[in-house]
Amino acid sequence: MKKSNDREVATPHLAEEWVGKVYTFICILFLIITIFSMVYFVASKGLSTFIVNGVNVKDLLTGLKWKPDGEPALFGALPFIFGSFSTSILAAIIAAPLGFCAAVFMIELSPKLGRTFMQPVIELLAGIPSVVYGFVGLSVIVPLFRNLFPGQGVGIAAGALVLAFMILPTITTIATDALASLPAGLKEGSYALGATRWQTIYRIVLPTTLPAQMTGIVLGIARAFGEALAVQMVIGNAPHIPHSLFESTSTLTSAITLSMGNTAMGSVQNNALWSLALILMLMTFVFVFIIRWLEGRKKL
Amino acid sequence: MKKSLIVTMALTLSLSLAACGNNNTNNGAKNGNAAATNNATTNNTASADLSGSILAAGSTALQPLVDQVSKEFMDKNSGVSIQVQGGGSGTGLTQVSEGQAQIGNSDVFAEEKLDADKAAELVDHQVAVVAMAAVTNKDVGVDSLTKQQLVDIFTGKVTNWKDVGGKDEKIQIVNRPSSSGTRATFEKFALGTKTEDLQGSIQEDASGTVKKLVSETPGAIGYLALSYLDDSIAAVKYEGVEANVDNVANGTYPVWAYEHMYTKGEPDAATKAFLDYMVSEDVQGDQGDVVEMGYIPVSKMEVKRDAQGAVTK
Repeated sequence: MKKSNDREVATPHLAEEWVGKVYTFICILFLIITIFSMVYFVASKGLSTFIVNGVNVKDLLTGLKWKPDGEPALFGALPFIFGSFSTSILAAIIAAPLGFCAAVFMIELSPKLGRTFMQPVIELLAGIPSVVYGFVGLSVIVPLFRNLFPGQGVGIAAGALVLAFMILPTITTIATDALASLPAGLKEGSYALGATRWQTIYRIVLPTTLPAQMTGIVLGIARAFGEALAVQMVIGNAPHIPHSLFESTSTLTSAITLSMGNTAMGSVQNNALWSLALILMLMTFVFVFIIRWLEGRKKL
Repeated sequence: MKKSLIVTMALTLSLSLAACGNNNTNNGAKNGNAAATNNATTNNTASADLSGSILAAGSTALQPLVDQVSKEFMDKNSGVSIQVQGGGSGTGLTQVSEGQAQIGNSDVFAEEKLDADKAAELVDHQVAVVAMAAVTNKDVGVDSLTKQQLVDIFTGKVTNWKDVGGKDEKIQIVNRPSSSGTRATFEKFALGTKTEDLQGSIQEDASGTVKKLVSETPGAIGYLALSYLDDSIAAVKYEGVEANVDNVANGTYPVWAYEHMYTKGEPDAATKAFLDYMVSEDVQGDQGDVVEMGYIPVSKMEVKRDAQGAVTK
């Protein structure tokens, strides 16, 4: 309680201001330096394949044969690019309906059970190390596919299924947030018009949250695209475009992790792997732009 | 609330700054120490005076052995700290060549991975021998394969086990990536030729994964170091010769390679002492780590091989 009516004179917080400013500035500087040096490193390494070793960009992007040790050395990365896209998109196709249904269950059908039990469990999936996913894939999914389908069980199907589990938390969390932020009036209006719960979900909830759902799916694809270890364990790693979903093939990441440690820095074999990493990074940029574009459309 | 937050931030900042400062002084002290002890060790080579830190990086095939031996060495020489990292033979050779690691572990001769002038700077220390055997799933019913049969299998000319004396079953190749040192050894000494990755073949780098896939996949063939052989898979004789320590040592079984520990130029005192310990009787003898962990001691070898693959008695 103030005794006088005088306005309290604010003591200047100069020191605090300064500390806060400097602290923030240092953090941002650190972040920017890290990002730029990383981009520079990958780009300079990845481009040296073309500049120093004289590999044709077109050959790398469209060639079908990957033989860095061969005579002559061939650097055709199309099988890897194909493998990366097909596994991550197939993973999203598997995970997207699951994620949406889980979100609907948690928000619309059974919020209590969903919020207290389902959500923590699904978020737990995100904390499991990828080598565990890979090992489970190798021990459960690969033998299962080997018994059910022709082929050896490894391949795009096994990789996509493992990845689907890995990206499920991302897709579910974003779908849940989208459903939760939906204005209540929209749903109530729909009910008031006599729509059933199912009609409301697929005529109102799904279309209005679709842009946000898409953001989640693209984020999931981006994560699947960059995942290395789990995929490497179940995909078989033959550098060829497969004839079926159950035939050994490679992704960009699995090709990099398989050979990066075995090749000496600066050799053409090593530089070619950095070119694959550069392709990965550029694809990640593309995904980020897609996400930003989707975010921009999200306004209801 | 706000104030406490700012205080925390300021504290963190000052702490991190202080930590930086500390680090610097530590490094300075360490450098000083190292210099001092270097002088000391040149005068007096008693093991108690050894100090320094060693980084050994590279081959994952050699890593478990180096790791275990380094622990024993550190118990005996408390002043030395040794860090053992994997990363692969290429990484090990690169790091030792660029001076980031004191020791580069490799499955292959440096000449095979690095440029000739860079490889010439490195000093080779051969610490063990690893032999490899072709292994198959237990159901294929093949006991021995000739060199030509193996070449036919790994180049895709033969795709069914019945063509090499087994039962009627499709052959599934479980290979290593083309950059792998294990694959290079197998191709060089068992096949005598480089092979391509075939459509539908499986490539895995980790021996554990290869073993799991071969033991579970019907009709599978792969190759593993002797230390990985057990009842879950069937080891195949090469040209009728069984893959075992004696046959490797007397030169009748040709599919083997040295495990190398490279240093750049002559090693410093601590590194030299560690490498000497690595080839000492304690490690290489019948009771030593090398035998216990499934490698073959270099001293047991009755034949020698140079970087070009020429074998001498």
